[in-house]
This record gives sequence, C-alpha cells and structure tokens, in this order.
Amino acid sequence: MRKANSPLGLTGMTLGFVFLYLPIVLLVIGSFNAGKAVNVWSGWSLHWYAQAFRNEQLVAALWVSLQVGVAAASIATLIGTAGAFALTRLPKFHGRGAFRLGLLTPLVIPEVILGLSLLLLFVRLDLDRGIGTVILAHATFGAAYVAVVVHSRLSTFDRALEEAAMDLGATPMRAFFKVTLPIVLPAVLAGWLLAFTLSLDDLVIASFTSGPGATTLPQRLYGQVRLGVSPEINAVSTLLILGVTILVIGASLVSKQRNAS
Amino acid sequence: MSAGSRLALLLPAFWLLLFVGAPLLIVLEISFSEVISAIPPYAPVLRWGEEGLRIALNPENYALLIGDDLYIHSLLSSIRIAATSTFLALLVGLPIAHGIARAAPRHRPWLLLLVILPFWTSFLIRVYAWIGILKTEGILNTVLLTAGLIREPFVILTTEWAVHLGIVYAYLPFMVLPLAVALERIDPAFREAAADLGARGWSIFFRVTLPLARTGIAAGCLLVFIPAVGEFVIPDLLGGPGTPMIGKAMWTEFFGNRDWPVASALAIVMLVLAAGGILALDRVQRRSGEGLS
Repeated sequence: MRKANSPLGLTGMTLGFVFLYLPIVLLVIGSFNAGKAVNVWSGWSLHWYAQAFRNEQLVAALWVSLQVGVAAASIATLIGTAGAFALTRLPKFHGRGAFRLGLLTPLVIPEVILGLSLLLLFVRLDLDRGIGTVILAHATFGAAYVAVVVHSRLSTFDRALEEAAMDLGATPMRAFFKVTLPIVLPAVLAGWLLAFTLSLDDLVIASFTSGPGATTLPQRLYGQVRLGVSPEINAVSTLLILGVTILVIGASLVSKQRNAS
Repeated sequence: MSAGSRLALLLPAFWLLLFVGAPLLIVLEISFSEVISAIPPYAPVLRWGEEGLRIALNPENYALLIGDDLYIHSLLSSIRIAATSTFLALLVGLPIAHGIARAAPRHRPWLLLLVILPFWTSFLIRVYAWIGILKTEGILNTVLLTAGLIREPFVILTTEWAVHLGIVYAYLPFMVLPLAVALERIDPAFREAAADLGARGWSIFFRVTLPLARTGIAAGCLLVFIPAVGEFVIPDLLGGPGTPMIGKAMWTEFFGNRDWPVASALAIVMLVLAAGGILALDRVQRRSGEGLS
C-alpha cells in the first residue's frame, strides 16, 4: 500500500515550490514594468528590453560568454567522458583513488579557491589572461560535472550488450561505436549542456581568470547589480532564464524520444 | 591496455595534474610567501641561489590569520551562517522532498524537474531577484506596508537574515534531491508495521521515516553546507558589513588589498575545512552507493 499525500503534506510541498518560483516570477514581471522603481507598477512596457539590446557592453559580454561556454563545454565533455570511462571500464590502476579525487575536487571545493588557484597557475605559466584562460578554467570544473553524469550512466549500463556484440564478431572498437556510444550519448550530451550552462553562469572563476577585453556576461551583470536594481538587468535575466529553460526542456524531450525509439 | 583506453586515462590524468593538482600546490607555496610590490605581488619561495635551492618559508601570513580578530571572526561567522542555513534548508526541503516521494509515479519526474530547473538558471540572477524583494523600498516591504501589517519598513537586506534566505534559496535543490531519493526508497512496509504497532502520523515520521532517510539527510546537508561556507556572491550582494564570511574576506584580500599571499593562506584554511566536509560526503555517498565510486 502506498500512502498518497495528505492535505498537510501537499500544502507543505506547494509552499516550497512557491518559495522556489515566486522570486523568479517577480523578477520576470519586473522586467515588463514601464517605470524604474521595483515597488511601483507603471504599466506594461518592452522599453527595458530595447535598452538592453542597445547596451553594447552587455551584447559584447554575451558574445564572450557564448564563445567561452561552447569551447569550455566541448573540452569538458571530452575530458569528463574519458575520465568516467577510465573509472568504470579500466581494471584497477595505480593512483585510481587520486584520479577519482582529482576528478571530483573542482565539484566540491569553494569556487573562490578554484579561481585563485587557476589564476596563480596562469601567472606562473606566463599566460596572458583573456578568453583562453577562462575557457581552460571553465573546462576544468565542467569536466567534473560531465564525469559525474556520464559515470552514473556507465555504471548502470549492462556490459553484456558489449560482450554480445563482440561474440557476434564485432571488434572492441566497433562494439564501442555501435553499442556503447549510442547508449551513453544522451548522458554525454546532458553533460555538455550542464557544463555549458554552468560556464554561462559563472561569476567567481571568470573574475579571477579573465583579463581586459574578455568580460563575461555574469561579470558585466555583477558590475551593474552592484550599482543597484534596474529593470534592464531584469530584462536580460528574463531572456537568459527563457533561453536556458527552452534548452533544458528541449534536451529532456529529445532524450525521452531517443529512449522511446 | 588498448591505445583507446590508455588515452581515456592519460588525457584526464594529465589535465587534472596541470589544472587541479599543480594550481593547489602553487596556492600552498604562495601562502608561505611575502607580499611585495611587484608584478606578480609576492616574493618567490623557492629560489636558485649560488648554494643551490633555497627555500624561504614565511609563516607570517598564517600568524596574521590567527592574530587578527577579523579573520577568526569571519571564519567562525561563515561556519555559523552556513550551519544555520543548512538547518533551515532541511526544514524547507523536507516537505518538498516528502511530497515528491509520495506523489503518483507519473507525476514524480515532473516534480523533480521543477526542483532542478532553478538550478539550471543563473545563480547570480536568482540571488539578484531577492534584492528587489528585500530592499527597504522593495516588494516585501511595500506589500506589508500596504496591507497595514507594519508601520515602518523592515531592514532585511544587508543583514544576516538576507544571507540565510539567499543560501537556503540558492542551495535548496541540492537538499531536496538526495532527500527525495532517500524518502522514495523507504519500503512502505516499515511505516505500516509502525502503524500496526500503534504509532501515529508524526511519531511514524520522526521515529521511522526520518531515521531511515538519514543518509539522504546527511548528503543533502553536506551538499548545502560545503559550498555555503565558502560562498562569496550571496554575502556580497545580500549581506553587509555585519555578515563577514571567509570567501568574501579572501576576495577582498585578493582584489581589494592585492595581498596574494594572505589570500592564498585563507584559501588553504578554507580548503582544509572543505576537505573535512568532502571526506564526510564521500563516506555517506559510498554507503548509499551514489556518486563516483
């Protein structure tokens, strides 16, 4: 017997979801407010969206962030997927514990430490700080997330499928590309998406590792937020939330369809 | 080992050594260095002199951290704020996780998606959203004043309340997910047995359900506590001078005072603190068979 939710339980859950979503809803509504004050409704308007698009610094920062996100997520997917394979597929190797720890570290240590440590490395290596160093930094913490996502898929994967393919005459390489990869691919893509959105979102690590001429969108937004609340920031935020929501829901629908077929 | 699997090991291993291992060692080194006005602003610790390698360890940065009340205060305050917020997140997260675990199986994936979705939307934006709500001429005060519930606007922004609220809000998904998984795994037979033996609703919840969900509770609490201790954005945007936190102190040392050695020493202290939490999390996750094993 499974007990359904009691009225009290339902109320508690609903209040929890209201807490999670109300601030976002208020933020979105604020972006359409004609006036500047958050506590006075002056009528609907798209004025702040127009202003955001005319803000060249914001548009330039968005472009930097998109470039960094795509490059960092792609590198992170390569490294993280390889790491997840090494952990699940290779026989016990020396230093496996250290390898696993290194893979997980960027996931759990405070962002300020990751940012500072990478900056000190780039200074030591005499690398000019700019878009390239942000990409390297974001790829490093993105790889940890990709590794976790791909690892969870690989560890529930039935190896008998690979063995069956090889019994039927497939080479290990062919078995990998024809059997393993298609099954793991949704997790790899989900990992890429996660690394991309995390990169698009990161303020702290980018602040340490970027240089002049490579200001990312969160850095630019943070600079504006410190000056105070403005409906223009609400407008940019609304567009970002919309973009990421479409991406995430689209990806989960695609992966559902793949599973069904 | 085939060429393919060798690459699968060596590529990430090389990357981790270069971008995770080496940088942390450099932080450790510079935490023992002396601040000088140069580019970069620290004196080298390892030097090749005429007599070979010379090591100039300077323990003064750590002495400063212990000696100056400011740092001890922000460290203790970080731990206290993170611990209180973790407890509050557990109180808010439990009803959500409980509701999800009891929901019809076909609704469950959608409810979980609703919990995860805010995690995908920008952290900075979610923290920013609270500024408009909490500030003195913000939405909350306007609603309360209009409703006649208060005469004077509350000052919440820049106080510890705002920091707690921000942490609970931003990290709630990390609390709810492991809790929901743990609650869902509990065999309803345990609750039925307790009911047959005469236990009632709340007593079943506290004496059967919660103890059985303890690994989920521990994982959720650690997943909130560990990042919250080193948090920078939330105390910076929602807090004020009365809410010092160690992540913010480190940021100020680095960007404000350009004291890289003291910033590095603070990073090492935070790292030691985080390592304790991470080891605990690792044990919890291995026991429940989750995470990278």
